Formats: sequence, C-alpha cells, structure tokens
Amino acid sequence: MDKHLFLGDEAVAEAAINAGLSGVYAYPGTPSTEITEYIQNSVVAKERGIHSRWSANEKTAMEAALGMSYAGKRSLCCMKHVGLNVAADCFMNAAMSGINGGMIVVTADDPSMHSSQNEQDNRNFGNFAMVPMLEPSNQQEAYDMIYDGFELSEKLGYPILFRLTTRMAHSRAGVVTKAQQDMKEMHTPEDGRQRYILLPALARKRYQHLIAAQPGLLAASESSIYNKYFDAADKSLGIITTGIAFNYLSENYPEGFDHPVLKICQYPVPISKIQKMVDECDEILVLEEGYPVVEEQLKGLLSKGLKVHGRLDGTIQRDGELTPDAVGKALGKKIESFYQIPEIVEQRPPALCQGCGHRDMYEALNEVIADYPEAKVFGDIGCYTLGALPPFRAIDSCIDMGASITMAKGAADAGVYPAIAVIGDSTFTHSGMTGLLDCVNENSNVTIVISDNETTAMTGGQDSAGTGRLESICYGIGVAPEHVRVMIPLKKNYEEMKQIIREELEYKGVSVLIPRRECIQTLSRKKKQQAASKS
Amino acid sequence: MKTDIILCGVGGQGILSIAAVIGEAALKEGLYMKQAEVHGMSQRGGDVQSNLRLSDSPIASDLIPKGHADLIISLEPMESLRYLPYLNRDGWVVTNSQPFINIPHYPEMSQLEEALGKLSHKVVLDVESIAKEAGSLRAANIVMLGAASPFLGIEFDKIAEGVCSIFARKGEDVVNMNLKALKAGYDVAQSRR
Repeated sequence: MDKHLFLGDEAVAEAAINAGLSGVYAYPGTPSTEITEYIQNSVVAKERGIHSRWSANEKTAMEAALGMSYAGKRSLCCMKHVGLNVAADCFMNAAMSGINGGMIVVTADDPSMHSSQNEQDNRNFGNFAMVPMLEPSNQQEAYDMIYDGFELSEKLGYPILFRLTTRMAHSRAGVVTKAQQDMKEMHTPEDGRQRYILLPALARKRYQHLIAAQPGLLAASESSIYNKYFDAADKSLGIITTGIAFNYLSENYPEGFDHPVLKICQYPVPISKIQKMVDECDEILVLEEGYPVVEEQLKGLLSKGLKVHGRLDGTIQRDGELTPDAVGKALGKKIESFYQIPEIVEQRPPALCQGCGHRDMYEALNEVIADYPEAKVFGDIGCYTLGALPPFRAIDSCIDMGASITMAKGAADAGVYPAIAVIGDSTFTHSGMTGLLDCVNENSNVTIVISDNETTAMTGGQDSAGTGRLESICYGIGVAPEHVRVMIPLKKNYEEMKQIIREELEYKGVSVLIPRRECIQTLSRKKKQQAASKS
Repeated sequence: MKTDIILCGVGGQGILSIAAVIGEAALKEGLYMKQAEVHGMSQRGGDVQSNLRLSDSPIASDLIPKGHADLIISLEPMESLRYLPYLNRDGWVVTNSQPFINIPHYPEMSQLEEALGKLSHKVVLDVESIAKEAGSLRAANIVMLGAASPFLGIEFDKIAEGVCSIFARKGEDVVNMNLKALKAGYDVAQSRR
C-alpha cells in the first residue's frame, strides 16, 4: 500500500475517511484543527459527501456526532483538550446511551500549554465516563487505531475517546494506508428509546449496563495489540509507558531495553500485564505524557509495598510535556549540551500582526479608558488575548471561551464600572451568546466589544459561525439596536471610535460595540488565491 | 545515516516550506523521517522551531535530545543561537545574517556577530540579497535550503528534484528561478566550509 507523509492529525483524518466515515464534527482548536481541515480538503470526502463543516462549538459538534451515530453511521468528533469541558455534558451521557454507528471522540491535549490555558489530561475524562480509550505512540498507530477503531466502538457499544498530544498531533512521519471501506447504511437502533431516553428510571438501567460492560472493555485492553510487554533481563526496574512516552524511552535505549517495558496505548489499563510487571520487578517507573493517571492508579492512596516512581515523587517533573531528555534524566542517563545559549538572546513572544484590526481596537479602547482608572477589561480566547502583552497591556482576564461577557456581568453586579468585555466573533458564537442573554435579562451595566475579524483567526482562519449576522444575533437576543454600534478599526477612524466607546461606557445598560475588519492573514490568503486562479 | 536538524526562525518566515522540500527529498530516498512542527499561538511573530529527523533506520523520538542536532538552519541570526544547547559537538549552524527585529531589546549586531563568531562550524549568509540576485526575494527560503544542503546527508540533485516537484504546478519559470536560488545558496555554503 501507499506510504504518505502525514501529521498525526492527518493520519487520523485519512484513517477515518478510509474506515467509511460519514461525518466529522468539530470546532477549531490547536492541536486538533488539522484533522477536520484535512477532511474538508479531501477529494474522496467530497465525492462521498462526508460532512465536514465546522460546528458552532464542541458541544454542538459532539451532539451532532452522536446523532449521526444514532442513525447508524460512523462519526468523528474532534477538539482540543479544553473543548471536552464544553462538550462534557454530551460526552458523559453518550457513555450512558452507548452508540449505534461507530463513534470516535478525538481529544488533542496540549501538555506544556503551547497554545492553551491549561494542560488537563483528558484520560481522566475517559476514566470518568468509563469508556474505552486509545492513545497512539506514533503516526502509523494513529492511523491503524482509527481505521479499526470504529469497528471496535461498534463491537463494544460505546464511543471511544482517542487521545492525541501536541507532539503526536503536529509531528509528521511516513504512514502506510489501507483499503477504502464503504460507508454504513442508515439504520436507527431497534432499542433506541430504551437507550437514548435518559429519564431516571431508564438511566439507572443504562448505568448498570455501563458498569456491566467494564469487564468487556478490560478484556479488549488485555488482548489489544497496542498494549505490549517487552521482556528484559534486569528486573530491578520495570518501566510502564503510555502513548508517545514509549518513543522517548526507546530513544534512550538505541540498543534495546535492559529492563522490562510495558507499553500501554489502550485503556482501561491492562491489569494482568501490570500485575506481571509488579510481580517480577523490584520497582516501577511510570512515564506518561500528561497527568500521573496510571501512576496514581498504581499507587493507590497508601502505596503499600510497591515502589513507584514518576511524576508524583519528582522523578519526572510534575508539569510540562515529556522530552527525550526528561526521560533520559529519570533513567539516570547523562544529558550533555556542548553549547549554551548566549546571554544576548532575548525572549520573542508572539504578537498581534502588524495591520491587525484588534490592534486598532485596543489602541482606541486604551485611550478612552485612560480616563476611567477603575475600568476592568475582561478578555477571552483568541488572537486578541495577545492584547495582554506590551504595548497594549489591555486586558485583565482570559479564562475560558465566552467568559469575558459573563465575568464582566458578575463584576458589574459587584459594582465594577466600567465593566468591559472583549471577545472575538467566533468565540462569541461559540459561547458568548448565552452570556449576552443573561446580561440583557438584567440590563447589566456592561460594554461588550465583539472584535470581528470575520474568521477564526488564531487556529489559521477557519469559517466563523456568525459572520455577517452578528448585529441581528444581538438584536435577536434583545440588545437595544441603538446600543449595537459597528465601526471600522482603522487609525483614521480613531476619533469616531473613541467617541462611540465613550458614549457606550456612559450608557447604563448593555452595549455591544462591533469593530469589524477582516483578518489580514485571511485577506492576504484570499488575494493570493485570486491571483493564482487568474494566472 | 542520521541527520537531526533544528529549523528555526520567527513565526511567518516560512520554516515549514524548507522542511517540506527536505521531506519530499527524504521520502524519495526511502529514508525514515519525523518532523515535529509548532502551530497555533506561537506562529504569531514569536520564535518558532521545527525538529526534523532523517535516518536510514527507524526513528524513535519526534523530538531531538539535547546535544544531538547535526544542523541548525535558521532564517534569523538571533534565533540560530536560541537552540545551541541542542547542537552536537561537531554540528553546523547555517543562518541568515539579516535580523528580524520585532522586539524592543533586540541585541546589537556587533553582539550577534561576536556570538556567531565563536562557533567553529557555521555558514552565515544574507539570504535576501542572494535571493534578489537569483530573481526574487520570495526564493529566500530556497537560498537557505541551498546553503544547508551540503549538511543534510542527501545528494544535492535529490534536493533539486524536491524543489522541482514542490514548485512544478507554478510553471517552468518559477521552478528555474528556485533552482537558481538553491544553487546560489549551495555555492555560498561550499565557499565558506
């Protein structure tokens, strides 16, 4: 079969298409975005009519994926780790209902927070929901696991949580692909009402069913080809790896392992294989990308009689992603650098692009609120979060998608004035609209800036769900039309912008300001495409 | 054969386009390859790097261990210094000499020259002016690739084939201009080895 150079994300996407996928549902989020983009650009996906349009947020995406599975077809749902917090309501209950067509939920975790607010390890969510999990150690495994994963999901009757981490999602390697499978015919479940209506009486039965399914999930893990025991002579130490930690371990043993190694890539954890290691080794080292999930299970509360090393005892640093060096250090290997970074090398943090509309929005806003020393500006998630850095230093918070509006509301309720929210257009339709309704219902004294660049910019310029309709959405939610003010964020408009901002700060109620100018990145890409199509 | 490469620069300079050509050539050679990229927030004018590993045997880690890189390819002089702890004792640094200044406390050029001067294995070149001479500023990354090509462990002709296939759909003129840029970079590197 063909060998392709794929990002981990692309391997997932290609495998899903090859496995007879009918739809991917997702909201963009680093490092998961390229999965859906790959399917959007795939010729085969286009020919087959595979659904691939972006969803408004991760929750709507997961519900749609569950609906497609309900109808008997194979569905994929992709998000970054914090996206699963948004989709958790559906995710937890999809474990109660079970699935019909195979359903895989991809969580792309971001240890070391390259592009995130936290480094939560969503294997905890998998354990919480009591569903099977897969965590590939390389791009080929990512492909193979997804290719076979839909069938596994159908066989076990539950959605599968598929965990990638940044280095897996965004690293390229050669991948051998398999034959294209047919898509599934639509068939709704015969026992649908017994499973999908989670009224208490029925839900109790479903929970018993989920509990009863656990030995089967464990058996699948025990016999999985992805959970592999490598024997070796020196039993003073046994090493357990999960996901890509196996690669970093292998890097440190180019001549082969000298201790027994258990590579875990399918969950629940294979207990009998762990038992074998504990029985024959004096001490255990656990190497995990993320939280000490397996390590905590192994130690229990009291850790009686078992010497376990890992993140909890500081053998591996508690936070941050693994590296070959961190693993080497834990194994007592010598890490040698021959050259140091010269002192003259300065930090170079990311910044808003030159010519970006967010810059003009912050410039004008900063000038106005210089006259309001008590003002607080609640920020949100997107490029404009970079307004936190010099020269702007313009925001006071950035917590989660949509929190700008509702935190401004709560702060205004507590007496903060002016309470200002700054949110992007895509984040507004993701999770800001419901918060705006809360504000309208109480006529809270907040000024909300929807900095509209008509795209989801930070993740590379994906479509934004409310483009062209932001004013009508605000009117529909109940904001007074005279307090929905649109402006074009350009230097030449500063005086007008400042005047509008001042007026709306002085208005005691809900105002929405919409500085609107297309993202210069998407604009220049469009121009290039136009030029290319002309030539 | 094993070549571990750190590609670096400032977000937006296009280090990934260099990686794409090397990847194309490596795949044709039947080599194993792993390439870890950085996407997302860090691309917005911040420092960016990519770990590219080529080998004739399977590669374990996507990341290069400290002290193991054979080559640092940098589109920006200060950025070439940031990854020095990863360079092996005999490793090479191939860097653009022209700074990209988007921070307030960028070091003096004399300080950069002094720091680069201390390295025994280096090629420092003004890729923009060489690219202009070759025909277009847009070929700057290909000049860089040309300058790095003697250190990749892949024959120059295979790299040239990679360039041809990446630019093929843009027409013969673009291909030829990029081949010229590639050769110009290569010649500079050979003259300074």
